[in-house]
Amino acid sequence: MKTTARIFVALAICMALVACTKKVKPEDSSNNTGNNSNNNSGADTGATTNPMAGDGVYGPGDLETDSCLRQRVVYFDFDQDSLNAEFQAAIACHAKYLRDRPSARMTLEGNADERGTREYNLALGERRGNAVSAAVQGSGGPASQVTVTSLGEERPTCLDSTEDCWAKNRRVEISYTSK
Amino acid sequence: MKSFFQGLMCLCFFIVAPLSAQVLDLGIISGNEGSLPIAVVPMAYQGKLTAPEVQVADVIRADLNRSGQFRSMPETSLIAKPTRGSEVRFNDWRLAKQDFLVVGRVLDDTQGSYRIEYELYDVAKQERMLGLSLTSRAKGLRDVSHQIADQIYEKILGVRGAFWTRIAYVTANGVGKNIKYSLMVADSDGLNPQTVVTYSEPLLSPAWSPDGRKLAYVSFERGNSTIYVQELNTGAREVIASFKGINGAPAFSRDGRRMAMTLSKSGNPEIYVMDLASRSLTQVTNHYSIDTEAVWSADGQSLIFTSDRGGRPQLYQVSTNGGEPRRLSFAGDSNAKASVSYDGKRIASAQGKGSVYRVSLLNVASGSWQSLSPGNLDESPSFAPNASMLLYANKEGRRGVLYAVSADGRVRQRIVLADGDVREPAWGPFRQK
Repeated sequence: MKTTARIFVALAICMALVACTKKVKPEDSSNNTGNNSNNNSGADTGATTNPMAGDGVYGPGDLETDSCLRQRVVYFDFDQDSLNAEFQAAIACHAKYLRDRPSARMTLEGNADERGTREYNLALGERRGNAVSAAVQGSGGPASQVTVTSLGEERPTCLDSTEDCWAKNRRVEISYTSK
Repeated sequence: MKSFFQGLMCLCFFIVAPLSAQVLDLGIISGNEGSLPIAVVPMAYQGKLTAPEVQVADVIRADLNRSGQFRSMPETSLIAKPTRGSEVRFNDWRLAKQDFLVVGRVLDDTQGSYRIEYELYDVAKQERMLGLSLTSRAKGLRDVSHQIADQIYEKILGVRGAFWTRIAYVTANGVGKNIKYSLMVADSDGLNPQTVVTYSEPLLSPAWSPDGRKLAYVSFERGNSTIYVQELNTGAREVIASFKGINGAPAFSRDGRRMAMTLSKSGNPEIYVMDLASRSLTQVTNHYSIDTEAVWSADGQSLIFTSDRGGRPQLYQVSTNGGEPRRLSFAGDSNAKASVSYDGKRIASAQGKGSVYRVSLLNVASGSWQSLSPGNLDESPSFAPNASMLLYANKEGRRGVLYAVSADGRVRQRIVLADGDVREPAWGPFRQK
C-alpha cells in the first residue's frame, strides 16, 4: 500500500475516534481508548457539519469533515466475520457516498488478530472485508465501486499479545482510492 | 490473467553473502535425559598450513544433542582427547558411561582443502562402526561436519540424518513504514543465514520444492497476495498465481510437478491444485467455509488442509480429485497448518485451546495427540525430512522466535535472530551431494 494512503487512513481513523468521543455515536470504547496518540489535529475537526451539506449530496470534502463518513474502521469479534450492529450507520453513510459519487472507489482492507495461523487469518480478513462489502451493497452502495483485499494478521495496529490489542487488530479499514 | 501468464523472470535483491548481524543464538532449553551418551572428541588439526576456523566436533555435538536422540559429553568433561582408534583406551570411556565414541583429525588435502578422517566406536564392544574420510574446502567445513553427524546418526539409529539440510523462514525488521520483510535460508542449526529476497510488504508461507532448489512464497508487494516461485541459485523468480482475491498457502507436490494453493477467485477461499507445466488449475474443495493451508499426504494422493466448515478451524483430508473431505482432528478447540511426516504416520498441527496455541502431534494410526510445545502462541510446525525433529514459531513479547523440537518432545532448542521478528519456518528436503 502507498505510504500516503496509509497515513491518510491512520489520520482518518484518528479523526473518526476524536469525533466519536464528542458526538452521539455510542462506540465500543474498549476498542478505541488508547489509540489517541495523535490528537493534535482534533481541535478543528470536531465541528459539527451537516452530513448532506445543502443539497443532501456528499462531496469529497465530506470524507474529512462529516462525522459519519470519518468512521473508517469496522471492528469484529474473535474468529468472526459477522458485522456488529453499531457499525451499520457508518456503513450506510459510506454506501450513500458511493451512490452520490459514482467516480469514487472504495477499498475494504480486512485484518485479523495474531491468534490462529497466518494463512487462515488471510482468509478471515477477506471474509470480514466481504462482510462489510455486503453491508455496503445492502445499503445501496454499488458493488462496482468496492474492492476487498485482505492483509490477514500482517498489518497489526497494535503489537502486544493482549485482548485490548487483538480487539483493535480485528478490523476492516475503509479507504478511498478515488474520492 | 495477464500477470499470470507473464511468467516474470527477474533478479531481485538476491544476496549470497551471509549477514553478520543475523547470527543465530542457540541454546538447548530443556533436558535430554534418556538419550544415548556419545563422546565426540575434538578433531585436532594435524596439518602444516592454516588451522580451520570451524570446530568440526562442536558442530557434530550440537547436531546430535539437538536431535534429542543423543546426549553428547561436554568438551570440558572429556577424559582424554585421542585422535585415532589406536590411541583409545576403551575402559576409560566405559567408566565414563559413554555408549559411543567419535575420534578424528583434520589434515591438509590438495589445493588448500582439508581432509577429515574420523572413526565411530561402540564402546562396550570396543568395535569400530565407521571409519571415513571426507574432503572439504574451508568454506564447506560446516556442511561436511553436518554430513558426518548424519552418518553417525544413521549408523547408530538406522534412520537417515537430517542435519545437512536447510531451513527457510521470514524475518521482519524495523518499525512502521521502515519495516522490511526478508525471506531467509539458513543451515538446519540456524547458522549461515542468507537473504533470498527483501521487501517492504509482508512475505509469508515459504514452501520448498522437493529438490531444494526453489522456494514458493506469498508476497504482498503488488498490494494483493501473490504466489511466487524463486530459484535459490539464480534468484530468478516467477509469478505463479495472482488472481483476484487470496493467492496463498503454496505447497509443492512430492514430485514437484504440481502445487496445491488457496485461491479465493471464486469469492471464497478454496483449495486448488495447479499443474506447474501447463498452469492448469483443478479445484479440490468447494465449500462456503474457509479452506486453506493444504499440504500433501505421504502418498501424494490426498491433501490435508485447514477448514472451519465445522465451526472452528480443524484439519481435514481430501483426495486430490476432490470429493467429500474427512475430518482428521478432534482435539483442542482448533487445529491448523498441518505438517505431515515423510512416512505419513504423524501430522503436526498448531492446536488452539482458549487463547493458548501449542504444536501438537497426531499419531495417525492411534488417533492420539502429543503436545510438543508449551505455548502460548506456538504455530507453523514443520517436520524435518526424516521426521526426527520439527521447527515451529513462537512469540516472545513482540518478537517472533523459532524453536527446534525433537519429535518425541524431549529436547527443545531456541533459534533466534540477534534482532528482528522471525516467523514461518519451513524445513527443507534432504540435500544432494
